[in-house]
This record gives sequence, structure tokens and C-alpha cells, in this order.
Amino acid sequence: MSQSTGRTLSEKVWDEHVVRSAAGEPDLLYIDLHLIHEVTSPQAFDGLRLAGRPVRRPDLTLATEDHNVPTIDWDKPIADPVSRTQVETLRTNAEEFGVRLHPLGDIEQGIVHIIGPQLGLTQPGMTIVCGDSHTSTHGAFGSIAFGIGTSEVEHVLATQTLMQAKPKTMAVTINGSLPEGVTAKDMVLTLITHTGTGGGQGYIVEYRGQAIRELSMEGRMTVCNMSIEWGAKAGLIAPDQTTFDYLEGRPEAPKGDDWDAAVAHWKTLVTDDDAVFDEEIVLDASEMTPFVTWGTNPGQGVQLGGLVPSPDDFEEPADKVAAEKALTYMGLEAGTPMREVKVDTVFVGSCTNGRIEDLRVAADIVKGRKVADDTRLLVVPGSVRVRLQAEQEGLDVVFKEAGAEWRGAGCSMCLGMNPDQLTPGERSASTSNRNFEGRQGKGGRTHLVSVPVAAATAIRGTLSSPADLA
Amino acid sequence: MDKFTSHTGIGVPLRRSNVDTDQIIPAVYLKRVTRSGFEDGLFAAWRNDPAFVLNNPVYDGGSVLVAGPDFGTGSSREHAVWALQNYGFKAVISSRFADIFRGNSGKAGLLAAQVDEKVAQRLLDLLDEEPGATITVDLESRTVRAGSGENAIEDSFDIDDYTRWRLLEGLDDVGITLGHADDITTYEATRPSWKPVTQRA
Repeated sequence: MSQSTGRTLSEKVWDEHVVRSAAGEPDLLYIDLHLIHEVTSPQAFDGLRLAGRPVRRPDLTLATEDHNVPTIDWDKPIADPVSRTQVETLRTNAEEFGVRLHPLGDIEQGIVHIIGPQLGLTQPGMTIVCGDSHTSTHGAFGSIAFGIGTSEVEHVLATQTLMQAKPKTMAVTINGSLPEGVTAKDMVLTLITHTGTGGGQGYIVEYRGQAIRELSMEGRMTVCNMSIEWGAKAGLIAPDQTTFDYLEGRPEAPKGDDWDAAVAHWKTLVTDDDAVFDEEIVLDASEMTPFVTWGTNPGQGVQLGGLVPSPDDFEEPADKVAAEKALTYMGLEAGTPMREVKVDTVFVGSCTNGRIEDLRVAADIVKGRKVADDTRLLVVPGSVRVRLQAEQEGLDVVFKEAGAEWRGAGCSMCLGMNPDQLTPGERSASTSNRNFEGRQGKGGRTHLVSVPVAAATAIRGTLSSPADLA
Repeated sequence: MDKFTSHTGIGVPLRRSNVDTDQIIPAVYLKRVTRSGFEDGLFAAWRNDPAFVLNNPVYDGGSVLVAGPDFGTGSSREHAVWALQNYGFKAVISSRFADIFRGNSGKAGLLAAQVDEKVAQRLLDLLDEEPGATITVDLESRTVRAGSGENAIEDSFDIDDYTRWRLLEGLDDVGITLGHADDITTYEATRPSWKPVTQRA
């Protein structure tokens, strides 16, 4: 019998973390890094307390405050008493269980998926979990990273492991190069409309091909971040020189001989030539254009140059019904050019597009221009470090002179848990990851867009790309 | 966790696909630090609509939700499972569940029964014809049953063996894993020294 011995990247990382394997049972997988935030952890710590169990590895655990924190007046007590209780509960739990916490006001505070990479804690070949579905972001470094529920948060706190059935493997190969002005966000939005929201279900996906290799780490994080939006268990990219260059010198990256040993190992983390994926998707980046969503899930997207679709455009009955409901909720007429859709609020930020590179791109476009009348531009850095870096580069001044609001770090309007919310019927162009009904505030209508589209939209007041600016 | 063997209750039809966890419970309801009290946030936006199924008194006490495909997509919030349980649901039936939601259900003791798309459709049709009809989900035999006579529906549902065993026995995952503590310790001794830590001794 001929035997293929090759393994995919995700299989290599998985195999390195199996603590225990038994027939008929999920694998027991070791977790290298457990990230914690205020919303999905209180009940997990409560569970530990009730059972009298400690946190097994506080030194592999990191907490921050991001989901419900305000982005103005962050130096004052949180005004919303319920949010304040949740944040204070995290502080008490971190203290009691010996977990490192970066609270509001700390220089390392920020969105959990921004600060892991920024600190250099996110490294190739790791297993990383967090009670947040966008944990897939960390896959950009060649790690298996995925979101978990609160019961699993408790399980990881108590045991530093998770019971997990091994997912199937999928390759998403993106050939060619992205045209000028088309970004990683357009790439992943195009992919999700191609696959639908359930297309990745049950798979760990490896993104590969020339267009992926050409992305910066920030762009790779944007792609991996949205893996969950098409249902994938996790999404990852093989580490390469771009990855090593990003990591070297970061506070928690290995140093000296450790660095050399780590890099030597990381270089083995590639899919073998004779490895076989269970499924493969191939797309061509050179055909991609700015891409936006028109509906109420991330798979309902269209080219910016396209039209609002009609329910009749869909073959499956369920898709027709979903399109009808989405158009009603979004207040859109089939056949309207996307470029004519008027937007009230533009949000630049989130774990998808809240990194320094994103803010530089946005500032470059709004520089010397004014935000359109009746349009609001909200710029929310992903972390305190990103905010300080932007301020050092004068980006805050550029935004403020254009008429934008410059805020503090947090998840903010991505999910509307803090006061940054849309009002009923208000329409946004958002660099975040979800356009679900009410996601950004009850009755709010969200169009997911790239950073260049967001910035150009803020200037023109309708969905636009920088090419539309005079 | 309570043992789950079989449950019979009023079926509630939710004729929507892609019901994401932001619809099941919006983020503004996630600020509690307990596992209870989330029923108020369940399908909060839709409950403002008098025509929404949960506002129909026929479904008062409903405990088996039948939904369209891709139920529970999006956010990892286990609060979505708790909200369904706090409201009184014991089981959700769909032709496809998002991975994280299905995992969370298994951990928290809500039965996520995956059925063939045709079976889900027949259950929805039955509930339209006979509002208030009951559905039985039998975990022991992995069977879903509803209706009678010519309309009787009986078919199997999918659930992985391990989750089924844990639900039947009402087992605590952490307790099971701590039974393998020696394996974990042995594994830890093999981890490379350059792996990152968040704090040093």
C-alpha cells in the first residue's frame, strides 16, 4: 500500500499539542495561551470557586478589558453600572487567581486580539483560545486559534487543556496579486460571499498562495480574523520571513539562543508537498475589487461597483427568503447601485481593522479633506499602543481636522456593548466583521467594508472607494 | 449537570436560517456575571414584533425549538445557550449548527439535535398545521418523534458519541479531564523552554 506521510500545517500543530488520545474520544489538546476578557469569563471563575479549583497555569493566561469599556472618559469610573460591575468582577477574579490583567488605563490595554500579537505573545505553532470567536485572528502567525464558550473557558482555566475532535482540513489558495487599492478585507469578504456563512464548518482552513504571501501581518490577521464568519473552526497561514520580522524584538518574543531555536522550529511549520487537504478552494486575487456587504450576514456581499441584489437572483429557497428579510431590514431596494447607498456613520476600528496600518491608510485618504455633512466618522484604535503610535505620527490630528471623532481603545461599535451604538434605522459603513441585525445597536444597518472604502465613504457620504474622490 | 435521556415538549417553529447568536441574545444583555436571568434577552429584537412566534400564547411553555439551517452562527457567547435554557428550552432542532454553538450546548446541557433538512422542514410544517404539537427528542435512541397517524414523523438525529454519553450521564468535563492530570503534567515537561509565558516566577 502506498502511503502518503505528508502532513498539513494544521495537522503538525495539532499533533504537537495532543496530551492524550483515545479511540472514540476527542483528543485532549494542550493550550499554550489563554486570553480572557470581562464578558465571557465571570461565570467560568465562579465555577472554579464553587469547585475549589485554582487556575492551573496563570503564566499562560492573560486578561484585558475590551468588550464593554467606554472609548471616551476612560480615566473616569465607567458610567454604566452593569458594565462597571462586569469589569470590576474581572479585576477581582484576576487578583484572586493570580492572572495578569491589563485594565482600562493601562498602556497595554486593548482589544484582546490586538494586544496578543502586539506583545509578541502570539507566535507560530501555538494553540491559542479565548472566549471570543475572533480568536481566529491569531492564526495569521501559523497557530491554531479559536473561540470557545464560557464552559470551555472554565475548563482551560482549570486544566490548561481542551477536549477537541480533530477537524477536517481545507486549503484556500488565493493566486495572483491583489490590484492596487484592493485589500485583505476585500479578499476575505469576497471569499465569504463565495462560500456562504456555513462553508467552512468543521474545517481548519489554511490560507495560501501568492496573494496571501504578499500580505503584511496586519492583512493576514484581517483574513484569519474573519474565518469564523464562514463557519471555519480556525484559519491559519504558514509562518515565513514576514512573520519572523514582525515578531523579532517584541516584548514577549524569544531572545538570543531561544530566538534561534524558535525560528528553527517555526520554519518546519509548513504543509508538506505530499500532504492532502480534505477540501480545497481556489480564488484569483487579480480579479478582486473593493467588496461590501448589502445584507445581514457576512456572506451577503457584492462588489462595490455592483447593485443591491434581488431575492430572485438566488436559486435556493432559503437564500431567497433570507435575501427578502435582509433587504427589508436594511431598507434597500433591489437594483440600487451600491455606490448610491447613503451612510450615516463610518466606523474604523475593531479586531478586524483596528491596527496601526489600518489607521495610516484611513488617515492618508481623509488627509486634507472633510467628512461629509450628515456623516459621522468614528475612529477607534484597537489598543492603547496603537492610539499612542497614531498620535506620535500625527494621525489623530489628521482625523480631527477632517471632522472625525478620535477615541480610546476597545471593541466599541463593532458590537455596541458600550455606548458607541447605532440608533434604529441608522446606516453604517464599518471596518468590523459582522453585519448581523442589531449588531451595532438595535435597528442599526451595517455594511461591512475595507478601510479605504470606509475612509472614502466618510468623505463622500455614500459607499465609495478612494478612486471616487476628486 | 442534569442527566438528559429523553424529552417531550411543545415544539416552537422558528422559520429562519442563519440565526446568529447576536439574534439569540444581543450584546447589551451580556453584562450579567451569573448564569441565570438571560431569558429576558432571548430573541430580544424579534420579541418586539407581536407576530413573533414566542409572543403566541399557543407556544407558552414551549421547550423544543425547531429552526432553519445554520443556527447559532457568529459570536462564541455561551449566553445564547443559557438564554434558551433560562427561557425553558431543553432542545434545539436544526439541519445545521455552527460549531461553537453546538459545542457550548453540549457543555451546558442543551440538546442540539441535527436532523436531515427534509425532517426539519416536515417538523416546521407539522407545527404550522398543528400549533402546540409536542415533539420528543430521545437521546438514548437518537430519535426525534412528532405527530400521529399519517402525519407521524420519526427520524434519527446526529450528535457525536462523546457528547451523547456525557449528556446521558450528566458528567462534568473538568472533572473528567482532571482524572488525566498526570498526562497533562507529563506533557508540560516536554514543552520547549522558549514558548512564551505571561508572567515569570
